[in-house]
Order: sequence, then structure tokens, then C-alpha cells
Amino acid sequence: MKGYDLFELAVRNLRQSKLRNGLTTVGISVGVASLVAMLSLGVGLQQLATRRLAGSGMFDTVFVTSKQDFRGFDHEDDQKTEHPEKAPVLDQPARDQMTHLRYVTEVEPEVRVMGEIVYGGQTHFGFVTGLPMSARENEAFDNLQGKFFSGPAADEVILMEEFAKELSPQDPKQLIGQEVTLRYGERQALPADTGGRPQLSGAQNGDSNSADDFGFSVVRKTQALKVIGIIQEEPYGGMRTVSRGRIFLPVDLTEKLNMAQFTDMRSSLRGGGGKTYMTLTVRVKDPGKVSEVQDAINKMGFRTFSVLDATKSLRRFFTVLDLFLGIFGSLALAVATLAIINTLVMAVLERRREIGVMKAIGASDGDVKRLFFAEAGAMGFFGGVLGILLGLAMGKAINVGTSIYLHRHQLPSEAVWILPPWLIGAAIVFSIVVSLLAGLYPASRAARLDPVQTLKYE
Amino acid sequence: MALRFAPENVMAASNLLKMTSFPAAEKAPAVQTDDVCRYYPMGGGVIHAVNGISLTVESGEFVALLGQSGSGKSTLLNLLAGLDRPTSGSVLVQGRDLAKMSSEDLARYRRNDVGMVFQAFHLISSMTITENVELPLRFAEVDRTDRAQRVRDSLERVGLGHRLEHRPSELSGGEQQRVSLARALVNRPQLLLADEPTGNLDSRTGEDILNLIRELSLTLGMTVVMVTHERALAERFAQRLIFLGDGKLVSQEVVA
Repeated sequence: MKGYDLFELAVRNLRQSKLRNGLTTVGISVGVASLVAMLSLGVGLQQLATRRLAGSGMFDTVFVTSKQDFRGFDHEDDQKTEHPEKAPVLDQPARDQMTHLRYVTEVEPEVRVMGEIVYGGQTHFGFVTGLPMSARENEAFDNLQGKFFSGPAADEVILMEEFAKELSPQDPKQLIGQEVTLRYGERQALPADTGGRPQLSGAQNGDSNSADDFGFSVVRKTQALKVIGIIQEEPYGGMRTVSRGRIFLPVDLTEKLNMAQFTDMRSSLRGGGGKTYMTLTVRVKDPGKVSEVQDAINKMGFRTFSVLDATKSLRRFFTVLDLFLGIFGSLALAVATLAIINTLVMAVLERRREIGVMKAIGASDGDVKRLFFAEAGAMGFFGGVLGILLGLAMGKAINVGTSIYLHRHQLPSEAVWILPPWLIGAAIVFSIVVSLLAGLYPASRAARLDPVQTLKYE
Repeated sequence: MALRFAPENVMAASNLLKMTSFPAAEKAPAVQTDDVCRYYPMGGGVIHAVNGISLTVESGEFVALLGQSGSGKSTLLNLLAGLDRPTSGSVLVQGRDLAKMSSEDLARYRRNDVGMVFQAFHLISSMTITENVELPLRFAEVDRTDRAQRVRDSLERVGLGHRLEHRPSELSGGEQQRVSLARALVNRPQLLLADEPTGNLDSRTGEDILNLIRELSLTLGMTVVMVTHERALAERFAQRLIFLGDGKLVSQEVVA
């Protein structure tokens, strides 16, 4: 029998006992809905946790340093490197190479310098931190007053609230839109006629400079900046920097201004005119890919660090949670399976004569079996579709309920229930497969019926 | 007038029939059984429903199987239909031994080579008569485009072209049997098996149905084997009467 005939006959037969088949289909849909609701809750909670972790900016980041630097902090790591003095330095070509690695979205230098903000005739000291544009996704900016940087090198500044209060104790918010002046130290190369070598110090001590000497000047500079935002918490939980930043600038602006950093002392020791970085922070598309990126950077000869173990444990936890939610969700579907078996066994009993007639006029055992399978599959399909709709309604209710609860506790609302598109297809397929399995026994029972006996049966 | 044969000379009678009687006598037999038996275990004993019957039905012949209840005529018909398998012996239809066929091949045989009509009509009450007649075509995987015409032709042939969308419950017994006949003929079988086709009908309607069967048999060159217990009707319509008793072939008569 052809597929469309099979489907037509199956649907026709199902319509003969609308109430019974309808109730069985509703039973399947409740099972599917419960499974979908549970799994979507698992997915939602996992995404919520991942979002929170990604928002903290720690779990999708690899910190890269040169093996030439920071030796002595980690003996184990030091022992792994045979000739650290020959290890590559973190320069612009290395940064570019990392930018082109798979899953890497951004490679930015870590910038932290001392600076002063001049406002209303007063100077206020604070650490200046460069922020990449991706920092907008950091949870510290969830409660941003004002707005984020308009561009990666914009002459704009975002202040910590406590620092803004220092500038304007009465009404820190009025600073937004105001212009302030940043005073900072600019790193300047020595004049070309000195050959990049310092001239003064040696002469005073009666000692001349050798060819190995190298240096640079730090010159005080000012830069006008517009205050565009105020935040309450430090981005990245302050984890990336040893000092608490209070003044935040776009990282490209800090590079453009060539701000002198503490770590410039290290590059002066290394000598040479090329710009090097002490630390690069590499942002990865997905926390799950951090390990891969870390391996790739390690192969380039650099030292890396990431907060990876926490995400591994998290994934393990959610795998177990999903498993348990799936098991609980499947219980209702297991009950629905019994309902399918019951319905189809009843149908076989009721339609004994009809099965006999079909066999007498040419239906094979396989045709009869396939017909009952098609009926089970059709119930599974319709139950699956209905179950998805029911599951969606349950999910909406869970999200609305959670939002109300969070709102009452002055917390921002979160979607804890998320139905991923793959689950829609998977739930319908699963429902059909389960229904077909449930149809195995009734279908083979129908196929085995002896037509001679069934035609006598009245 | 009927020619009567003693039971012990059944084979001889069969050979004589081949030589003398029917227009299709030159062709291979439509049906041939050789010492066919069908036994059923029952309550510790064994029922010999069919017990060593050998007979031959020529192509295009109209044969009636007669006998009392329990004589084995319906069992023999089920064996010819491929609905049941013999305990021993062979059942050859157009040269093919049904006893050796797989269940899938038997289903194909029932679908393409044989049509069945039952006393109780056995129409599916939830389907219209069109759907009932279309059902064998679905199993035979006939294209949807051809089906409608074949169903209409078949129903028109039995005089029900105007009742296509009716359900069986809306028809009289005679009309239901006509639908059953149309369903049996829709796959253009070579062999029509009728199990008490007039059993549930009044005598006039029964005669109409048998007239129709005879007419179709002649028109389509179809072999007909009919089970009945109404001798008078059988003598009027069949070319040969085969009498069964206790699962054995008792005698045969050629209707003059």
C-alpha cells in the first residue's frame, strides 16, 4: 500500500473513534508537554547560568602573557619552558595572529594607568582602565546610567559611581554630558639624535652610557573627555586588574594616547623600539571553546590562564540536571504510551472483522501492520504538535510567574524557560517514535489475525 | 437434466468434462485440487473439514459447491481463496500451488487473481460504497488517477452507478451484495469465489444477483466457484454441481 493511502486510511480510522483517539492524543500531548517543559527549564537555567558567567567576563576569556615575563610565580610552568629567555614576546604580530584564531572574537591589551581627573578646579586621582567595546555585555553595565562608548576610540569616559560622587558629591548624575580633563603620563620615545639612548643621568654621575642603555620619557599630558556614563560595579568584577579602576576609557583611545603603564618598565629592560604588551586578554565566542583557544595560544609559545574548571563543573551539573528533568518529564509520556497500547488493542478487537475483510480482498500481513503503525504514528504526531503548544503555554506561565516573583524581590526579570528550536523537532520525533513503539504489539497482533476466523466473527 | 457421477469415479468424470463440456475446455484448468485435506485440532480431537478432495474447474466454468452445513464447502472455498492453507495435498490455481506460496504471495494472489463475495457482504460500514470498492485498488497500489474510473465502472456494471456516495447501511441487502460484487470485480480477477451469495437475500433478489454473476462470468470470461445450499438456484445458474459430505467429494452433476 502506498504511503498516502496508508496515511489517509489511518486518519480515517482514527476519526471513527474521535473521543477515544482524541483522549489518547491528549494523553500523549500532556506527556510531550511535560517533557518539553522540563527540558526547556533545564535549557533555560543553563543559559541563565552561562549568561551570568559570560556576563562576568571571566569564563570566556584567556589571559596571555609572554614566558619571558612573570617568571618565578609558577615553578611548574617555569619548568615546562626550557629556554624562557627565547620565548616569543607579546607584540603586534602575535596579537594579530591571536585575533585570527578560530572562536576568538577580540584580543585587547590590558591597560591600567594612574591618572587624574580635573573637574571644577579640583584634581581627583584614580586608576584609568581601558575597556573594549565588548565590555558593553558585561553585567556591570546592566545598571549603567547614561550610555556606553559611542566608538572604540571616542573621547569619552565612564566613571565609577563612588568616583563620580567624589567629583560631584551633591548630584553625581549631573556629570553625565559634562566635560572633564584627564591628566596622564604619555610615553614618549627619546629624541632621534640621541639614538634612543638617555643622555643625562650618566653624565651627572661621571659615567657614560653604554650602547646597551635604553629608555623613554614620560611626559604629563591632558585630554578633554566627555562623561557619558556612571556604573556601580567594576566591570569583570575587578578580576582583570590588580588595582581598582575608577575611570574607564575606550581601550583604543588609551592606545592612541600612548599612556605610560607600569609594565613599560619591563619593555625598557627588554630594549628595542617595538611595542610589546605585558598581558593580552583574548575573548572567546563561547566559554566551551576556551580550552581549544588556550591550546592554540599555548602552541604559539605563550603562557595562558583561564577560569575553565568552573565551567566544566557547571556543564557536568547541567548534564545531570537535564537527565533528571528528562526522566521526570518522560514519566507522563510513559503513561501515555500505555494509553496508546490500550487504544490500539481495543481497536484491533473492535475491527477484527474489518481486518479479516481487508485480508480477504488483498491486504498482506504487512499492510495491516503498517496501517496500525500509521495510526499509532499519527496519534504520536498530533500528540507531539499539541504537546509542544501545551508546553509553550506552560513555559510562558513559568516565565511570567518567575518574573512576578523576581519583580517582588526587586530583581530584574529573567527567562528561566527557553524552548530551543531543536527541541520542537526532537519532541515531535520522540513522540512519534514512542507511539510507534507502543504500536508494535497491537500492530503485530492485528497482522497475525486469521482471516477465516475473523470473517466468522460477527 | 444433470449427468450423475459416482463418487469413486470423480477423476474420470472430471476428464470427461474436460473433453465434452465447456468452451474453455482447451485451456489449462482454472482450479485443480489434488487430494487436498484440511484438518483442525479441536478439544483433543481432530476435525476433518476437508478430507482428500480432488477436483478440477475449467477456465470460464461456473461451478456450484453444494452440501449440508459442516460438509466442508466453505473450508474448500477458503483454501481456493488462499485464506487458509491445506494440511496436505495441493491447490493449483492457474498452475500455481497455493500451498507452497508465502503469505505475501498469497496476499498478492487474493489481490490480483481472485475476487470474493460473502453471504454477510462484509462491507465496511464506516466507508461509502465508493470507498469500499476502492479498497482493493489501494492494496494493489493502483494509481489514484485510475482508481476513480475503475470504481465507477465496477459499480455501474452492477447497476449502482447512481449510489456512489451512499453508505452500506443506506442500501438494501441486494444492493449491498452488488457492492460486494463490484468490490470483488474491481481488480479484474480471473476467479470469482462466492460463499452463499444469496444466503441473506430473498429469493427474487438472490436470483437477480446470480443472474448478474452469470452474466459477468460470460462477459468477462471469469471462472466462478459458488458455495450454496440452494440446489434449485444452483441448477439454474451453474454449469456443474459438486456435492460434498463430511469433507469428501460425494458426487458431481453436469447441468445440461
